[in-house]
Amino acid sequence: MDSATAAEFEPVIGLEVHVELKTKSKIFCPCPTKFGAEPNTQVCPVCLGLPGVLPVLNEGAVELAVMAALALNCDIRPSSRFHRKNYFYPDLPKAYQISQYDHPLATGGWIEVGAGASRKRIGIKRLHLEEDAGKLMHEGSIETAARSLVDFNRCGVPLIEIVSEPDISSPEEAKEYLQVLKSILQYAGVSDCRMQEGSLRVDANVSVRPTGSAAFGTRTELKNIGSFRSVVRGLQYEIRRQIEVIRAGGEVLQETRHWDEQREVTVALRGKEEAHDYRYFPEPDLVPLHLDREWVESVRLKLPELPEARKRRFVSDYGLPEYDAGVLTASPSLAEFYERCVGLYGRGEGRPKTVSNWVMGELTRFLNANNIEIEEARVTPSHVVELLRLIEGGSISGKIAKAIFDRMCETGEMPSQIVRREGLGQISDESEIAAVVARVIEENPKVVGDYKSGKAQALGYLVGQVMKATGGRASPGLVNRVLRERLG
Amino acid sequence: MAISRDEVLHVARLARLELGEDEIEEYTRQLSRILEHIQKLQRLDTKDVPPTSHVLDLKNVLRADETRPGLSREEALSNAPDAVSGFFRVPKIRES
Repeated sequence: MDSATAAEFEPVIGLEVHVELKTKSKIFCPCPTKFGAEPNTQVCPVCLGLPGVLPVLNEGAVELAVMAALALNCDIRPSSRFHRKNYFYPDLPKAYQISQYDHPLATGGWIEVGAGASRKRIGIKRLHLEEDAGKLMHEGSIETAARSLVDFNRCGVPLIEIVSEPDISSPEEAKEYLQVLKSILQYAGVSDCRMQEGSLRVDANVSVRPTGSAAFGTRTELKNIGSFRSVVRGLQYEIRRQIEVIRAGGEVLQETRHWDEQREVTVALRGKEEAHDYRYFPEPDLVPLHLDREWVESVRLKLPELPEARKRRFVSDYGLPEYDAGVLTASPSLAEFYERCVGLYGRGEGRPKTVSNWVMGELTRFLNANNIEIEEARVTPSHVVELLRLIEGGSISGKIAKAIFDRMCETGEMPSQIVRREGLGQISDESEIAAVVARVIEENPKVVGDYKSGKAQALGYLVGQVMKATGGRASPGLVNRVLRERLG
Repeated sequence: MAISRDEVLHVARLARLELGEDEIEEYTRQLSRILEHIQKLQRLDTKDVPPTSHVLDLKNVLRADETRPGLSREEALSNAPDAVSGFFRVPKIRES
């Protein structure tokens, strides 16, 4: 599709995000919520949907949900209630999910994305509490499996569903919305937001319309999105598909489509209209939830500094460029790591920026390459600061520091130990350098001749030979001086 | 009739109930009677009456976020028609 055609249409995107709350126990029963336990070992009659049991709402889940809603600038409704959403699926033993319907916990929030002039607000329509379902494993793929296995450990884990307004206008903006949302929720301490563990899940609603039109086109819902990258890829595909359907004179059908990660296409799920007839009705086993202003304000006081505020503080307190501040504050653990480094290393002489360069550069590269979070790594702020002091004091070169960075992170060994054990310290003993210089001069009579006859650049070659002979450990300034002296 | 035969079939399908011909007729009649009764109630002016979701005047029944062990895996699986390696095993999933 050429860009002129694509410009005739604009996408309209809204996201539904499910986030597991970090409570110790489930939302309606006291079973533990630990991730990765042996299947069906964190279950009880309530979450297995056995007859005769009653759900009791977890106060901790309410508090975390309110915290999340406040962090997302929502209004907390003074009164909300629970509904049953009825459908049959093997991961839902009661054949209904306890959720919220016409009286959600919170409405009317927003977050901001984009920088500078393109900064914009994405509305949050509602945030409500509900229970998670169990986990299904198919013997083979979902289409061909003869039977499926069910683990109910996840069934009843508290979830919040966060529904955005259809304010998102590109796949990239959808990804940014998710990054900002995840960052805020992590700061607020309500969830780990680990997409690979399923503690953050995304469904996307997308439609296209003639550019500038006010009316919405027919939307499709995209499910099975496993990563932020697939949010972008899936939406790009779906937008292209819808435009092609319309240009061919067809009509987009309102349907749910599955993102197929392997084939990179979206596929319509078979389903009849009845599949969406959930027959919501008020949950008779749970009484209404009334949250008074005073209690909500007491929760607001517990909210920690949020990413946007911390980013502004990093710019003003550490003199960092806005870009650095944004990268460093995206995750609360990285931001804390950075602040502890600066606390140890000091704020003078551009040091905060030096720390930023190493944390954003080498450290982030190491974490990404190993696919781990900073709290899972063995490297501490003391490691990084000791390394920076070794460079600053001239004990090692920046090049050597980079070379030992990964080892330091992997083993947790202090950089000074590595340097000492492997003899990587910079050579600043002049007599040692002089010996190498003498040898290099002797071995390269032609280059020496060139230099003496006026070719200044020949010196660079000789410096390079000395560096090579010392494994990069010679101090370049010293080598230059000694060479010039010897060559007269 | 306040409810049609098709609506009865639709609701039965949603509830995964297989109905015989005589049952379809009987339920159409019974459900119609219930709906007709509700229609009588709907003639009342309830404009200023808040909806009742519960007959008890209770709110905010909450428990502290504390864990307690539940069932052992053996107990949890003891009524399962089919189980393997600690999982419940269910037949092929079809989109309805």
